[in-house]
Amino acid sequence: MTEASTRETYGKTLVELGKQNKDIVVLDADLSPSTMTSFFAREFPDRFFDCGLTEQNMVGIAAGLAASGKIVFASSFAIFVLCRCFDQLRLCLSQPELNVKIVATHGGITVGEDGTSHQAIEDLALSCALPGFTVVVPADAIEAAEAVRMAASAHGPFYIRLSRPKTPIVYPEGYRLTLGKAVTMRQGMDATIIAVGIMVAKALEAVDILARQDIDCRVINMHTIKPLDEASVVKAASETGAIVVAEEHLAQGGLGSRVAQVVAREKPVPMEFVNLGDKYALSGKADELLQRYGLTASNIEESVKSVVERK
Amino acid sequence: MPNHSEASPENASPSNKFNLSTAELKQMAKKLRRHVITMIATAGSGHPGGSLSAADIITALYFKVLRHNPENPHWADRDRFILSKGHAAPILYAALAETGYFPVAELATLRKLDSRLQGHADSKFTPGVEMSAGSLGMGLSFAIGVALAARLDSKAYRTYVLLSDGECEEGQTWEAALSAAHFKPDNLTAIVDCNGIQLSGWTRDIMNLEPFTRKWQAFGWHTIDIDGHDFDQILSACQEAEKIKGKPTVIIARTIKGKGVSFMENNAAFHGKAPTWEEAERALKELE
Repeated sequence: MTEASTRETYGKTLVELGKQNKDIVVLDADLSPSTMTSFFAREFPDRFFDCGLTEQNMVGIAAGLAASGKIVFASSFAIFVLCRCFDQLRLCLSQPELNVKIVATHGGITVGEDGTSHQAIEDLALSCALPGFTVVVPADAIEAAEAVRMAASAHGPFYIRLSRPKTPIVYPEGYRLTLGKAVTMRQGMDATIIAVGIMVAKALEAVDILARQDIDCRVINMHTIKPLDEASVVKAASETGAIVVAEEHLAQGGLGSRVAQVVAREKPVPMEFVNLGDKYALSGKADELLQRYGLTASNIEESVKSVVERK
Repeated sequence: MPNHSEASPENASPSNKFNLSTAELKQMAKKLRRHVITMIATAGSGHPGGSLSAADIITALYFKVLRHNPENPHWADRDRFILSKGHAAPILYAALAETGYFPVAELATLRKLDSRLQGHADSKFTPGVEMSAGSLGMGLSFAIGVALAARLDSKAYRTYVLLSDGECEEGQTWEAALSAAHFKPDNLTAIVDCNGIQLSGWTRDIMNLEPFTRKWQAFGWHTIDIDGHDFDQILSACQEAEKIKGKPTVIIARTIKGKGVSFMENNAAFHGKAPTWEEAERALKELE
């Protein structure tokens, strides 16, 4: 598969949006060369504010701008803007439902060599625990551009998680994203893999391997984690009778927990989970870490086999 | 949010429509203090001390300084008042009711289930409340955002934010102080209600902030020191702030916690405790 950078796409899409709408304002916290908000800064210096290393302050400034009619994108690494600023996100954005889009890059363990301190692996649990937030994890650069465009045109607070490394392209050009509507990437009847972010490409790899073993597996990209497309989960549970959830996140509070709540309530079927469990990862290359911590196509393959056995 | 700037008569008149005299302001402040006592006693919980210390500042702003229109809380060109010390919501609610944002009778619903008057200020429910507050140290950042939006839109409105001295122990307040000096919103006036007392005692004993004014000066702000219970000083400080260009202004208002009620003055016990009805009656007598 060809690869592309979701954060570079973010930067370019911001420029495109900035040209269309003068109310788009962008904030960053000294990371614009990495989050790629630097493209917007160059194009629209008056509408860009580098807040320096004051992330909590940045969230407050974003709220004030949004309360005054601006559509605000605020970026940093996931660990700093989401995990560090939880109380600010709660009081200043979630409670008043202000129109601020938190777009965080460097989510998950694929941050790599910078190590534990920089690897946000609890951000989805935290962002989903903010009432009113829409939480999106794009699977590739094409979906990332769409997510950013959709966020700009929808009212209310968003959390969009992007990655540091380039990620495989899984969509054709011209793909259109609908918030809260999951995408069935492959049809199948023996089991369903519900994946998000970088795990979507790995799920697609896994189903090819499983097909050769006569296991006919469905793949759903749950790009919008909140609000969750419950109908697609119930349909998958009813039609395939087994579900595997794959995400680059701790076991608690992310996509797996959210899908399990729906399955338990609406249509109990065997489930397996591919995630980081309850521990931090170390420094290393992204691919080495994915191997070490069990986030590969073969981990998904094994989980599908064991969930099918439990049917 | 609808843009009413074209239609509103306030465009033509830049002044506060109440425009009370100093003598009238004093009477109004007493009235607002009485509301605070009654509201909190009725609710059975709340924070009287920090509402009473801020009463004169809030009265001056709503009845003399701010260009605002209670009939149209979202008027695009209104001056913004942001209450960062969200526990002082009762004094803000009293001012909003007396200026006509909602009926005075509604003050009796403070903190009750389904009331528009939440325990801490909440912009989603209360007409005239610009920002949700309650977790301390966030209002100055918010106010900077509002002031920067005015600059981006070439609007003439001014942004006022009221902080407590206690919340200046929060690191975010100083992040915001840094960034305001950096972005230079000279359309921003911060006021610190320095009543010297926080929940568990004197601020100087718990986490000393002094030399307070010099800290703000070192951060690049224009500072004005005043007695926060002297209307002439409050008003002239607000006027001076409007004339300062190229940097934000902070008014360091020295106040007395619990001001106006003898047994609440300088008494940390009344930071977050409602008066009994007997205490409330004594307080109201003192505020006649």
